[in-house]
Amino acid sequence: MDFGLSEEQEMLKTSARDFLQKECPKKLVKQLDESDEGYSPELWRKMAELGWMGLPFPEKYGGGGGSFLDLVVLLETMGYNIVPGPFFSTVVLGGMVILAGGSEEQKKRLLSEVASGKLILGLALTEPDAKYEAASIKTTAALRDGKYIINGTKLFVLDANVADYLLCVAKTKSTSKPENGLTIFLVNSKAPGIKCTLLETLARDKQCEVVFENVAVPKENILGGLNRGWQIIQDILQKAIVAKCAEMVGGAQAALDMAVAYAKERVQFNRPIGSFQAIQHYCANMVSDVDGSRFVTYKAAWKVSEGLSATIDVAVAKAWTGAAYSRVTLLAHQIFGAVGFTMDHDLHLYYRRAKAGEIIFGDGAFQRTIVARELGL
Amino acid sequence: MDFRFSEEEEVFRQEVRQWLKEVVPPRWYDIDAGLWEETEESWALLREFQRKLGQKGWLAPAYPREYGGSDMSHVKRLILAEELYYHQAPVGVEMEISINWVGGAISLFGTEQQKKKYLTEVAKGESCFCLGYSEPNSGSDLASIQTRAVEDGDSWVINGQKIWCSYAHYANYCWLGARTDPNVPKHKGISMFVINMKIPGITVRPLINILNRHSFNEVFFDDVRVPKDALIGEKNRGWYQLAMALDFERSLIGTAAANQRLIEELIQYVKEAKNSGNSLGDDPLIKDELAELVVENDVLRMMCYRIAWMYSKGLHPSYESSMSLLFSSELLRHTANVGMRVLGHYGELAQDSKDTVFKGRAMRTYLGCISIGVGGGTNEIQRNIVAMRGLGLPRQQ
Repeated sequence: MDFGLSEEQEMLKTSARDFLQKECPKKLVKQLDESDEGYSPELWRKMAELGWMGLPFPEKYGGGGGSFLDLVVLLETMGYNIVPGPFFSTVVLGGMVILAGGSEEQKKRLLSEVASGKLILGLALTEPDAKYEAASIKTTAALRDGKYIINGTKLFVLDANVADYLLCVAKTKSTSKPENGLTIFLVNSKAPGIKCTLLETLARDKQCEVVFENVAVPKENILGGLNRGWQIIQDILQKAIVAKCAEMVGGAQAALDMAVAYAKERVQFNRPIGSFQAIQHYCANMVSDVDGSRFVTYKAAWKVSEGLSATIDVAVAKAWTGAAYSRVTLLAHQIFGAVGFTMDHDLHLYYRRAKAGEIIFGDGAFQRTIVARELGL
Repeated sequence: MDFRFSEEEEVFRQEVRQWLKEVVPPRWYDIDAGLWEETEESWALLREFQRKLGQKGWLAPAYPREYGGSDMSHVKRLILAEELYYHQAPVGVEMEISINWVGGAISLFGTEQQKKKYLTEVAKGESCFCLGYSEPNSGSDLASIQTRAVEDGDSWVINGQKIWCSYAHYANYCWLGARTDPNVPKHKGISMFVINMKIPGITVRPLINILNRHSFNEVFFDDVRVPKDALIGEKNRGWYQLAMALDFERSLIGTAAANQRLIEELIQYVKEAKNSGNSLGDDPLIKDELAELVVENDVLRMMCYRIAWMYSKGLHPSYESSMSLLFSSELLRHTANVGMRVLGHYGELAQDSKDTVFKGRAMRTYLGCISIGVGGGTNEIQRNIVAMRGLGLPRQQ
C-alpha cells in the first residue's frame, strides 16, 4: 500500500505549480472567464511545450507516455491554480475517446496534433435532458449516399466554441437497448449545418448549445465502430469523472489554504479570527473534506489506471468529492466574509467551479444510484 | 500510489479469518454485546478470547516479541484490526485502552522494568487497564485535574476522585493522571502513574450508562499508597506524555471495518425486509441514504489506511488521527439514524423484545453512538486539534 506520489509525479506537481503561478495568475483567469474564447493561445502553446497535452498518450502517437495517474496529478495541480481553457475537453474527453476508439491512422494523426497543441476537441454528448444516459441521446446519424447525416441538438458541450473537431455521439440504430445503437463521429466544427451558441454559465466555463442540421460526415470519421460508441463513452466517462475529481481536490485544497492563511492574518476583537473556535472548527471540517476527497479520488484513479473494475469507487469518489468541494468553498466564504462576496476576490472562482464540478458527469444523487445498484439494491 | 495489499498480506488476512472462525465461541454472537453493553458473561468471553489472541502474539501485534507482541508490520496490523472488527470478534475499547493508549505511553516513557512487566501482561491478555483521566470538574479541560499524588518516603500517596472510568470494575490497573505540583501552571504539574486496582483505599462505584449497562465507574482514591516506581516517565511531565498517549487513543484504525459490517447488515436487512408487501429496498430515498453511508465509509476507510501508511513510512500522525476519529463518530451517528429511519417503529424495539428485528441493533447503535464523539476527547476537542496542530491556526485565548 502506498499513498504517496512517485518521485516523477512530485516533480510534475512542483513544476506545474511553479509554471502556473507564473503564467496563469488570477488576473488572467478572470480575463479569460470574461472572454468568449475562454483560453489563452499563448498559455495553451506553453502548456503544449511542457508536454501536458500529450501526457497520457503513448509516445508513438506523439504523447509523453505517462500514466493516467500522472494526468490525475497534473489535473489536481491545474485545479489548485485554476486554468481556464479546453484542456479537459481536448485531452481528457476528446483525446481519451480517440485513444480508446480511434483507428491506428486516426490515433497517429489526431493525437499527435493534440499533443502538439494544434488541435482543440470537444465532446458533444449531452442533450437537452442533461443526462449521462444512452437513452438520452436523440441526435441521429443516418447513412445517405455514403455519408452520415447528423441531426439533433447537443447541450452543455464544453469548449465547442473553440473546438476544431467535435466528437458527436449519435443514434445510428433504433433498438430497445439504446446503448447498442450509438456511434461516435468525428465532426469538423466548421462543417456546414453546425450552429454553436455560447451559453452563459455559473462557472463562466464555455459550455455551448450545438445544433446539427443535416451535417454530413464521411464514414471514415466513425470512431470505435458503428453502434459501438456507448461502451467507449462509458469507459471514458469513468476516467473523466476521476479526472474531474482530481481537479476538484486541487481546487478544494486551494480554497482551504486561502481561508487558513486569511484566518491567521485577519484580526478582529484584537486577535486573529483563526484563534476563534468557530473558525477553527470550520477549518477542521474543511481539511477533513479535502483529505477525504483526495484519498477516495486517488484510490479510484489508481484502480482505473490499473484497469481494475472501479465502477463503485468512481461513483463514490464523485459523490463525495463534488459535494465536499462545494462545502469547502462555502465555509471559505464564511471565513472571508464580505470581501469574498466581490468579483475582485479570487474565492468566487472556486465557489463557482465547485458547483459546476459537482453537476458535471452526474451529481451526488446520480452517483449514489450507481452505488446502490452496485450493492444490489 | 498503490492501494493493493501484497500477496503475503492477503494470505495473512485469510489466516486471521480462518482463525477467528475456529476460535470465537458461538455464544459470543448469541449475546451480541456491542460497545458499552458488556455483561459478566460477555466480559468473561472477551477476556478469554483476548488471552488466545495474546498467545498468537496478535493482541499487541505492534509490540516487540520480547514483550509478548510480534513486531508486526503496520499494514498487517491494519488487516488484523479490520478482520477483528469486521467479524465482530470479542475486542473493544478496553483492548484499545490497554494495548494502544496505555501500552503506547509506557513503551515510550517507561523504564525497562516497567515495560517488561506491564507490556507483557497486557500483550498476553493477563491484565487490562482503566483510565483515570476525567474528574467531576475536569472533562475537556483535562489539564485542570485535582487528584493529588504526594511523595512520602519511598511511596506516593494518592487522594482524589476520577470519573467515567470504563471497566474500572474489571481492570487490574488504573492509568492515572494526578497533580504532583500544584504551584505551577496546570499543564506542568501533572504526572502519570500505574495504580494496582486491588490495593486498599480504592473504591469503585458503578455508573449506569445510557444503554442501561454498567460499563463505567467513579473511582475514589483515599490515601492510596503506591511504591515510587508507580510513576511512569518523568515527574510533572505527565501532560505531555498523556497527550502523546491520547494520540494512540485517537487512531482506532479498525472503525471503518466495524462500520462496514454494520452498514452491510443494514443493507442486507433492507433487501430482505418487506413492508406491506413492498421491499424496503424499492424505496429510492432509502437506497440513496444507504448508498450515502457506503460513500462515507469508503472515505473513512481511506483515512484509516492512510494512518497505517503514515506509520509504515515512519511518520507520526497527529491531526490525521483526530480527523478519522471525528469522521467515524459522525458516520456512526449517521448510520444509526439511517438505521432508525429505515426500520421505523421496528427500530424502537430492544434486543430482547417480542417482535424485534435486526437484533435491536438500530436502537442500540442509536444510543451507543453518542459515546463516540465524546469519549477520548469530544468532537470539539478533536476539531481544535485538527485546526491548531494540523493547520497551525493560533491558540484560542
